[in-house]
Amino acid sequence: MQAILALEDGKIFKGRSFGASGERYGEVVFNTGMTGYQEVLTDPSYKGQIVAMTYPLIGNYGVNKEDAESRRPFLEGFAVKECSKIASNWRSKQSLDEYLKENKILGIEGIDTRALTLHLRKAGAMKAVLSTIDLDEKSLIKKAKHSLGLVGIDLVKQVTVDKKYLWPGIQQGAYKVAVLDCGVKYNILRELARYKCQVIVLPAEASAEEILGLKPDGLLLPNGPGDPAAVKYVIQTTHKLIGKLPIFGICLGHQMLGLALGGKTYKLKFGHHGANHPVKDLKTGKVSITAQNHGFCVDIDSLDQSKIEATHINLNDQTLEGMRHKKLPVFSVQFHPEASCGPHDAEYLFRDFIALMKKHA
Amino acid sequence: MPKRKDIKTILIIGSGPIVIGQACEFDYSGSQACKVLKQEGYKVVLVNSNPATIMTDPELSDKTYIEPLTAEVLEKIIAKEKPDALLPTLGGQTALNLTVGLAEKGILKRYKVETIGADIKAIKKGEDRLLFKEAMRKIGLDLPESDKAYDLKGAIKAAGKIGFPLIIRPSFNLGGTGAGTAYNMKEFRELARRGLESSMISEILIEESVIGWKEFELEVMRDLKDNVVVICSIENFDPMGIHTGDSITVAPIQTLTDKEYQKMRDAAIACIREIGVETGGSNIQFAVHPKTGRMVIIEMNPRVSRSSALASKATGFPIAKIAAKLAVGYTLDEIPNDITKETPACFEPAIDYCVVKIPRFTFEKFPEAKDILGVAMKSVGETMAIGRTFKEALQKGLRGLEISHYGLDSKLSYNKIPDKKIRQRLKKPNASRIFYIKYALQKGYSTKEICALTKIDPWFIENIREIVDLENDLKREFGRNKALSLESLRKAKEYGFSDRQIAGFIQSDEISVRAWRKKNNIRATFKLVDTCAAEFKAHTPYYYSTYEEDDEVQVTKKKKIMILGGGPNRIGQGIEFDYCCCHASFALKELGYETIMVNSNPETVSTDYDTSDRLYFEPLTFEDVMNIIDKEKPDGVIVQLGGQTPLNLARQLEKAGARIIGTSVNSIDRAEDRDKFAKVLKKLKLSQPENGSASGKKAIMEIARRIGFPVLVRPSYVLGGRAMKIIYDEKTLSGFIQEAQEASAGRPVLIDKFLEDAVEVDVDAISDGKLTVIGGIMEHIEEAGVHSGDSACVIPAHTLGDDIIEVIKKNTYALAKELGVKGLINIQFAVKGEQVYVLEVNPRASRTVPFVSKATGVPLAKVAAKVMAGKTLKESGFTSEKKVGHICVKESVLPFSRFSGVDILLGPEMKSTGEVMGIDSSFGKAFYKSQLAANQNLPLKGKVFISVKNSDKRDTVFIAKKLSDMHFELIATKGTHKALTSNNIKVQPAGKINEGDTRILRLIKKGELKLVINTPSGPRGQSDMKPIRSLAVTYGVPCITTIQGAQAAVNGVEAALKGSLEVKPIQEYHKKGD
Repeated sequence: MQAILALEDGKIFKGRSFGASGERYGEVVFNTGMTGYQEVLTDPSYKGQIVAMTYPLIGNYGVNKEDAESRRPFLEGFAVKECSKIASNWRSKQSLDEYLKENKILGIEGIDTRALTLHLRKAGAMKAVLSTIDLDEKSLIKKAKHSLGLVGIDLVKQVTVDKKYLWPGIQQGAYKVAVLDCGVKYNILRELARYKCQVIVLPAEASAEEILGLKPDGLLLPNGPGDPAAVKYVIQTTHKLIGKLPIFGICLGHQMLGLALGGKTYKLKFGHHGANHPVKDLKTGKVSITAQNHGFCVDIDSLDQSKIEATHINLNDQTLEGMRHKKLPVFSVQFHPEASCGPHDAEYLFRDFIALMKKHA
Repeated sequence: MPKRKDIKTILIIGSGPIVIGQACEFDYSGSQACKVLKQEGYKVVLVNSNPATIMTDPELSDKTYIEPLTAEVLEKIIAKEKPDALLPTLGGQTALNLTVGLAEKGILKRYKVETIGADIKAIKKGEDRLLFKEAMRKIGLDLPESDKAYDLKGAIKAAGKIGFPLIIRPSFNLGGTGAGTAYNMKEFRELARRGLESSMISEILIEESVIGWKEFELEVMRDLKDNVVVICSIENFDPMGIHTGDSITVAPIQTLTDKEYQKMRDAAIACIREIGVETGGSNIQFAVHPKTGRMVIIEMNPRVSRSSALASKATGFPIAKIAAKLAVGYTLDEIPNDITKETPACFEPAIDYCVVKIPRFTFEKFPEAKDILGVAMKSVGETMAIGRTFKEALQKGLRGLEISHYGLDSKLSYNKIPDKKIRQRLKKPNASRIFYIKYALQKGYSTKEICALTKIDPWFIENIREIVDLENDLKREFGRNKALSLESLRKAKEYGFSDRQIAGFIQSDEISVRAWRKKNNIRATFKLVDTCAAEFKAHTPYYYSTYEEDDEVQVTKKKKIMILGGGPNRIGQGIEFDYCCCHASFALKELGYETIMVNSNPETVSTDYDTSDRLYFEPLTFEDVMNIIDKEKPDGVIVQLGGQTPLNLARQLEKAGARIIGTSVNSIDRAEDRDKFAKVLKKLKLSQPENGSASGKKAIMEIARRIGFPVLVRPSYVLGGRAMKIIYDEKTLSGFIQEAQEASAGRPVLIDKFLEDAVEVDVDAISDGKLTVIGGIMEHIEEAGVHSGDSACVIPAHTLGDDIIEVIKKNTYALAKELGVKGLINIQFAVKGEQVYVLEVNPRASRTVPFVSKATGVPLAKVAAKVMAGKTLKESGFTSEKKVGHICVKESVLPFSRFSGVDILLGPEMKSTGEVMGIDSSFGKAFYKSQLAANQNLPLKGKVFISVKNSDKRDTVFIAKKLSDMHFELIATKGTHKALTSNNIKVQPAGKINEGDTRILRLIKKGELKLVINTPSGPRGQSDMKPIRSLAVTYGVPCITTIQGAQAAVNGVEAALKGSLEVKPIQEYHKKGD
């Protein structure tokens, strides 16, 4: 079956459909990771986006139970050069095609993903539509143009949990960590559990009072989809909690923290989506190869430099990758210390969080 | 951290001659290191015995020593140059072992030389298997069970404890020689014995077999700040049990999830930290159980390796260059990524294509050796292909191998192969297994069955099945419609099928398919290798072809010249030709041309992205080259520097509109075609040994009878003397004809009168069409009949009279003029008595061009390239032959120790893999050095065994007398003994082995016999002495099989006894020559 990916600027990619059929809108972005498509698919941060993988051979090792990063895939569409017909790995439970069908996610294969990437690099991330039902190019371009896009849209509410829950495993931990589920990746929770934390996951709308009522040792603001500025309620909650308990922000959490601290965020041209971004820790001078997935960035100059300092920068484009409050127990990073998919180099940040909670316990 | 200022002079050790397991990749890494360190302002001192390398070009280092790679020689160089630091990690195992040797002898300490990159402790920890295992256990990594043994008894005990199958590996050796797998005690005893013998320290490791597990490699780099990055991940198509150099390998890893990959990455990083490789690259191997996922670490190389070269070419990340910078103190975040310029080298390349590397074997050269693959490496070269899918890359790689496959095609018809054979070829890894996988699929084998037999991952087998399925579909479609749809054609191209394969499916020909697809706009598109999957702008034009929408090549308006490389290394065509191609590129850049390199060999300097202005990593076939020509429209294409590969394409390319520059295609043909060439010689009144050519058996026999035995029989249009043989009688000829016909592939077989006892002379010259200048005249040490690539030779021709030299020169000028040579010409002469015969003319670069260039200081290939671009020799300042005041000996290096059971006799079929050069003021000294460099350790005392054929007996008397005078103890067989005693030479008699006297064998094993001189006559003499020759090779005892070689050796020994060897950089030799 034919599928078409149409971009708002009129660029068309014709390919074959795999996974589910239908029509979906989203901002199209590229991810440069060579492994980890299952983690990409199940990362709730991709809500509202159509993801193109730059590595051409996807689906090789199938899909398994253990590597999911959330309860289901949230992204809008998946574009690859070649979707493997065979899934070969001792842990594989089903093929990528089956998995996407089951989860009603549209896939397109057989397109020149490198051409798409080059286009996005030059023109920037843009709105697009992926369809297997409407194959009229003009109509699709029009649809892409008129689609909502990401800016100003609260996507967190579409991925957060309904009710709070205790992450299984640790009942009585050394520390109790509250996590506001803005689209949290399971590996953040797994990492906290690995450090013997009792992890309570709350819906994103949970109030500051409700969180403090749990008497946690720390708050983790995790990753999530879309424009941080649109998630006003979390920013407000965060604002209220700053100084009251140790806070660690990751990705969207870092951006929301930036906003809560009075700063601004801006949209990057095509964002950072991959597993090979070098980030320098400004304190130690050491470089971590990090997993990244963000389209927005905190403007360090918009923050009060007497209170906030940059802790990490991206060596590729010098953008801000981490910050901390000089006095209060608050720090955050733009990249993913929980990796998954990606290298484990920045895992030390969880240790830093534990140390921070210990200090303020 | 900025670069170190406390060190000024850095010594770099090269890897010596090309041998199996250590090829051009170390020229690539070494040249990069020399260039970088020189640019950084250090004084670079280089030692390498291999003249055919770019790294030994005098401009690359401040002092270049082309001297034997031994601790003694290195000490002399260290004493003279007083380097502050030694960089041991870029010259392969050779440099690493030498460094350890220098440290252990206290030399480094004595001269205060610091090792940079990896220190001795780290090298030992990485190389010594037991230390390595301890270290890995310490950091919690899983390993195969293992034990160490120093004798057979200990080995047997260890085997009982671990259980079969077992792998036996000798410690401290090269490329896995002497390693093997034992399934039972009988096999085990034999392998353990051999392993103990081949280990430099008589130590073997006995290990739980992980045969059949999935095999992976990571290329890791570390800097002084302890930043570690993984440059490339590699998955072996062939599972554990086959040396990675002999495996088809794929980058990046295909069948591991991110979780599994990251676990491996963590292990690799922990490994390099624990071993303590301070800076630079390491290659780390892992095995993963296909059913349980258990991951064990196998080994690490604390240095740049073959895989690093592959990883550099596969990702665009220059590992060796960065390693050199890290060694002098820079950190990864301080070094910019060359390709993107704005991002740093501290990152992990993201690739958006699939890379397939396929080894090239040369089993046809060693008919006695089986083409079965195991843990000891046997391949002599490799090709790499880039495609957007595995299917495409695999098919491109197979045609890039140049073994007359044009993709995954069939040379056999599957329904004629019995199941038994299929199963056997799948089960026992061998050089053509990939094609048997195809036959099995065609025969209807299931993926499961094939995986069970081969242990290859089903992902790969299924992808091959998709190729086979499409082939069937295409054939069916053509059968049904008598035509192929454009959609199918496009799909076939996307799957990597060549025009030639497609032509075969539709009863057409390559040219027609090409025209048809071009007409319908189905053209190759070119994409960039950019380290970052298009995330950043790339500034380095390094391309590969595929069939997609977007084409990234931006053709410039500059004048451009394309240079066709030599493809994968093989015996007969290797680094020497790559050297020539690189030089052409450098020279043409000097003239202001944009240079375009096309090659498929990842080991080479030519496929470095900064050698030429543009690099196309593509197979060297008509189709692939024409695709680039269509795109770039070069003003000239150079075919005469890459060996036979581009030469064979010349006519077709010219016919398709390419502008071949240099010697014309017709001239090439006049020299290569026997009949036409005979006419040329006749016209010039030059002599040639009597000859004829024919295709049919009867006609061949008739010619042989007419010209009289012995005859030299060979196919036309081949390089390296493939299927070439000297034949003494009709019976042997009759038995050999079929092989010669096959190698000739339809073209006639050539029959020459063989000139016995003639001196062979090689001449390299350059002509600009008007003037011809001799580059060098080389006198072979072995008699005519030994392939020129296998014989030692010397510059200047030291035994030939001036009158003979004059004749040779005149003949050279006449031939160059008559053939209209523009560029290089190589002529082989035979001198018998006063008569000079022309044996062969090659209007192209020859294997000896780098040697001549290093000997004389004239960069012949550069001058030739300029001539091809239209400059005269006068304009290049090369108008007369350079006279040298020193002596240079080229010696070849042979791979016999790799192929058990193969006889070491030299003949007209070339068997050597590499070469070394000895340079000094006298022939004896230069020859001795050349032998030392070739690892033929000529003894200065001890027992010498002599057994020569009748015609050599007279010359032997002189040799034996000299040896006896130098206090060697001589032992000789009956006939030789008689000849020597009757000349009053003291000699002990020895009986024949087949008559029960095994004394000589015992002496070799005991290490008492130091030299074997054996010139066998006829088939019987050849087989009588074979056990002695084989054993000598196994035990590293020099074995000389020609009387001329023996004479030279005695000269060498004499020179070495007279005084110790001196070392001198070639820069000084060349200065003196001016």
